[in-house]
Amino acid sequence: MTTEAEFPATALQPAADTTAARPPSRFWAKVRYHVLTVYAALAFLYLLIPIAVVIAFSFNSPPGRFNFTWHKFSTDAWQHPFSTPGIQDAVILSLKVAVLSTVISTVLGTLIALALTRYRFWGRSLTNFVIFLPMATPEIVMGSSLLTLFITISFNRGFTTILIAHVMFNISYVVVTVKARMAGFDRRLEEAAMDLYANAFTTFRKITLPLIMPGVMAAALLAFALSIDDFVITQFNAGPDITFPLFIYGAARTGVPVQVNVIGSMIFLTAVLLMVINLIVQNRRSKRDAAISRGAVRAAQAAEAA
Amino acid sequence: MGRVTKLFRAAPAYPLLLPGMLWLAVFFFVPMYYLLDMSTRTGNLIQGFAQTYHFANYTDAITSNQAQLTRSLLYAGSATLLAFLIAYPLAYVIAFRGGRFKNLLLMLVIAPFFTNYLIRTLAWETILADHGIVTHTLKSLHVLSVTDALGFTSGQRLLATPLAVVAGITYNYLPFMTLPLYVSLEKIDKRLLEAALDLYANRARAFLRITMPLSLPGIFAGTLLTFIPAIGDYINAYLLGSTQTTMIGNVIQNKFLTFNDYPSAAALSFTLMAGILVFIIIYARILGTEELA
Repeated sequence: MTTEAEFPATALQPAADTTAARPPSRFWAKVRYHVLTVYAALAFLYLLIPIAVVIAFSFNSPPGRFNFTWHKFSTDAWQHPFSTPGIQDAVILSLKVAVLSTVISTVLGTLIALALTRYRFWGRSLTNFVIFLPMATPEIVMGSSLLTLFITISFNRGFTTILIAHVMFNISYVVVTVKARMAGFDRRLEEAAMDLYANAFTTFRKITLPLIMPGVMAAALLAFALSIDDFVITQFNAGPDITFPLFIYGAARTGVPVQVNVIGSMIFLTAVLLMVINLIVQNRRSKRDAAISRGAVRAAQAAEAA
Repeated sequence: MGRVTKLFRAAPAYPLLLPGMLWLAVFFFVPMYYLLDMSTRTGNLIQGFAQTYHFANYTDAITSNQAQLTRSLLYAGSATLLAFLIAYPLAYVIAFRGGRFKNLLLMLVIAPFFTNYLIRTLAWETILADHGIVTHTLKSLHVLSVTDALGFTSGQRLLATPLAVVAGITYNYLPFMTLPLYVSLEKIDKRLLEAALDLYANRARAFLRITMPLSLPGIFAGTLLTFIPAIGDYINAYLLGSTQTTMIGNVIQNKFLTFNDYPSAAALSFTLMAGILVFIIIYARILGTEELA
């Protein structure tokens, strides 16, 4: 271990003992090092400045309808986030669709992920391909083809069609997320439970589900985020209904109310909070799970030996 | 294990697959068929659209929207290239120098996703506004004169120009480029680089012969995850562009939702899908990787 730890230090500075002979190379190494760091810092600025603008302009009190130039500080919009007509209904519809589509797609996607990770079956690679395809299709193609279906069979567009669309594009993301978390799943834990006369359902409830739960939760969070953010597919299939993103789109040309920034900031802050909680919980869980499975495996080995 | 036992052990997989796959079949694959079917129909909204196998819909739609098609390719291509140039060093720094802050830095990368797509694009409208600091600074530095001359901007402004649209697309898909690059760079065994340096390769050579080739799956996934949504995008062109910067997405959206010209819109939509599939296949051959996403 010590050799490995010392190794990089010497290897990364090949010029160290020939400094006198080649001073420029060391100088340029330093320049190169810092240029890259500064470049990355600028990239982070590029990523984060628009978010800062969104939050800052939620405290603006614009003189006209357009919230594009800074006028003066105000917390009005934060005190009355739903005062703009239509915005409350839009947010409520978005939340409804997000919750329902998250629940449905998480269940359907988790079942597929379980099948893909636990069984070798005929059609497995085809299933993987089918799951991959919606993620490789531009939203506009999915949105327009679904719309064509509804038009052709004369199905009225509204809440149901939005929900159908959201579940459709969420399933693949759920499958991929749950699958990724199940990679290190220890089948022996289930076998141990079965050996101890637990039936299939109890085994699933007591062993499988708790172990895959972090992955399922992460998938659900992702599905919720994708649903609440979706614009393109929703616009094609919403009919007369207006979700929050559709509300913003409608307001974009006539003047976006400050309330939009307020709700945008709220969503952002909630997402950050959830992300932090998720990270903390997962850290704890993975430590605990590791301890449990170590214990269980050891017990199983002991039983085998005896 | 015999065939029958194998089948028996695999059997529980199918009920698990059924509901989700059925949903995808009915609401992803069946609609594709309907899109294809609609694309060769003729008629209008009032009398209905009848199937006449009018394949000229394709040639008509493509020739009359050639400008938008080329523009989409150009904008999506430029945005993908720009996103790559920004994301590669960024992913490199996180993967190789992130240390224990890696997770935090990755969170910062996906932070834009925590706010709505339209809201963050509107934020760019604020940033690039005619009387904003950015426009003002670039104007006084005569940068806008140069970009005007190159055709990237026009009339000494940033908003409603190709530059604004490309900047918006680049911004919105940058996390899609960064994450796969990070994953592939993070996986690289650092000892390989040390070995190369021990064998008197200089830094550039070590990068070109080791880091770069090993990050190819990330480059492949990242560029596809950026290019595919970028080429169909119409929000950036709508919010940050003008009538001179409309992309194929804007045309499809307008034909579907405003003009109710479904067959022509379906033909364009299907062309886009087919074009992307062909592109993925060629691209996968060139980069020589089967690893998708």
